[in-house]
Amino acid sequence: MTLRTRYLRDRTIEVALVLLTLLVVVPLFIIILYVIMNGFSALNFSFFTEELGSPARAMQGRPTGLMHSIIGTIVIDLVALVMAVPFGIATGIMMSEYQEHPFAPVARLMTSTLNGMPAVLMGLLAYALVVKNTGGFSALAGSVALAFVMVPIIARTTESVLRVTPWNLREAGLSLGLPRWKVTTALVLPAARAGVVTGILIAFARAAGEAAPLLLTSFGNNYLSFNLTQPMDTLPQRLYSLAISPYKQWHAMGWGGAIILLLFVMVTFFVGRLVIRKLEKESHA
Amino acid sequence: MSTLERSTEQKQAEWYANPAGGRSEQPAGPPEPLENAAAQVPVRMSAEGLTVRYGVSTFGIRDVTMALYDRKVTALIGPSGCGKSTFLRALNRMHDLGRDIEVTGDAFLDGESIYAPGVDPVVVRRRVGMVFQKPTPFPTKSIYENVCAGLRLVGMRKRSLLDEAVEKALTSAALWDEVKDRLRSPGGSLSGGQQQRLCIARALAVEPEVLLMDEPTSSLDPNATMRIEQLITQLKRQVTIVIVTHNMQQARRVSDYTAFFYLGEMVEQADTHELFTAPKESRTQEYLHGTFS
Ligand SMILES: Nc1ncnc2c1ncn2[C@@H]1O[C@H](COP(=O)(O)OP(=O)(O)OP(=O)(O)O)[C@@H](O)[C@H]1O
Ligand SMILES: [Mg+2]
Repeated sequence: MTLRTRYLRDRTIEVALVLLTLLVVVPLFIIILYVIMNGFSALNFSFFTEELGSPARAMQGRPTGLMHSIIGTIVIDLVALVMAVPFGIATGIMMSEYQEHPFAPVARLMTSTLNGMPAVLMGLLAYALVVKNTGGFSALAGSVALAFVMVPIIARTTESVLRVTPWNLREAGLSLGLPRWKVTTALVLPAARAGVVTGILIAFARAAGEAAPLLLTSFGNNYLSFNLTQPMDTLPQRLYSLAISPYKQWHAMGWGGAIILLLFVMVTFFVGRLVIRKLEKESHA
Repeated sequence: MSTLERSTEQKQAEWYANPAGGRSEQPAGPPEPLENAAAQVPVRMSAEGLTVRYGVSTFGIRDVTMALYDRKVTALIGPSGCGKSTFLRALNRMHDLGRDIEVTGDAFLDGESIYAPGVDPVVVRRRVGMVFQKPTPFPTKSIYENVCAGLRLVGMRKRSLLDEAVEKALTSAALWDEVKDRLRSPGGSLSGGQQQRLCIARALAVEPEVLLMDEPTSSLDPNATMRIEQLITQLKRQVTIVIVTHNMQQARRVSDYTAFFYLGEMVEQADTHELFTAPKESRTQEYLHGTFS
């Protein structure tokens, strides 16, 4: 092969890569643009300060908004995160650091199964476990459903980042007479923390966009609520119900809600990036 | 065994003839108990038929039987891949976590098997420290935290004690002057040779009874090497040391006994001077000649 054909082949591959990337990026931009164009007009002051209330409010042009859904999303997602992080990290540790433990293969099977399960089934699972047993829809049930979405993601990323941390780090710790759990928590986990945090963020952003698990659990609420034992509103599930509602005014609000949800996920990733960069700087300085 | 006993006697004779001379690190003064004419050098650790298999067919070491004498330096020499590191790691149960690694035979610390059921490997490792062939600082921890990582676990909390221990360990490892102004920067920010000395300091800080050093000076410059060798000769007043080295001069300088490994077997162990000047085994002879010429 001549130098010239090598060069041409190199260029062709480069151009192909750029084209394929555009193929992914362009539709994404179109979606975002479309959402913004449709929803921007709905984003007035009351959108952020008012509850939705009954459809009559919107029909009569009285102030109405999605303040309660925004707050509900934050509450339910954070509670879900608090529940999912310990389980997710612990499962990840089990699969990476205690591979000889009889429970490790079980954990691996469970996370793969959960990971491949459609999100609506997580809702059913939480419905059977929480709603059935407590006698009603609740924000807590929604958090449990979202935690089911988060756990396998956190567990898998934790497992894979722990696996790529150098083996000799563990040996160095053990040779000082540190017990294994201490080596894991004090040495291996901190060395992999940037990756673990990335996994938590991905799980959080993924769960934040899920509507299906919430329909049967946190159910939705037209009014603001902070009571975890009662139904609570969330943006994804509210988008769904606004979209299928017969009211034109509500459709516009739905587009506005979609902008907020997009922003929510983008801010999560942006803040996460900053945190990760800081963590990485600390460990590779 | 008899070689070793004889060599001890020889040394005793030498010492009596010239108590102040010989190795400069030996403090002048009353003879240590060891020099008591009736005393033999006690054995601190020993291996009996120790065999390490990687997988089914690969032998790391095969049927190694040898003794490590109390507060003496034993050098392990031999060609690359002959099982020196494997043997060292078997002495503080470092193979425990390896998958598909099988250890048979036995090793003893103060006469007690370290592989007996019920023995906690953590306790063994706290008494038998190790410096690895490759430097392995804890990358996320500061230099200071690297050195006191082991101490904190033993429950040492007091700041002044920790400070003192860190300075002592870093000074012993010939690193203090270079890092005393940046104890807070991460261990990963040091050069390769500095990292190795940091690992030596880290191992020293927990004050092990036996210290296993796998080529501790292979990444160090001559000056740092010299200081580590001085450290070894100082340390052996309290610590039993095993050092793997490819540097024959180093083995002669620092060790009291030398063991020659070849193809996973321990071929010959003897007083260092004796092994280098009059090896019994032809394989040892050939190896030494090969390396020297
Ligand atoms: N983790 C492992 N898996 C499989 N085989 C191994 C492993 N570690 C070592 N071995 C093999 O065991 C034998 C002894 O290796 P070891 O590391 O003990 O040699 P060494 O004497 O320390 O060599 P060097 O001087 O190069 O450090 C070698 O043949 C090596 O290939
Ligand atoms: Mg080696």
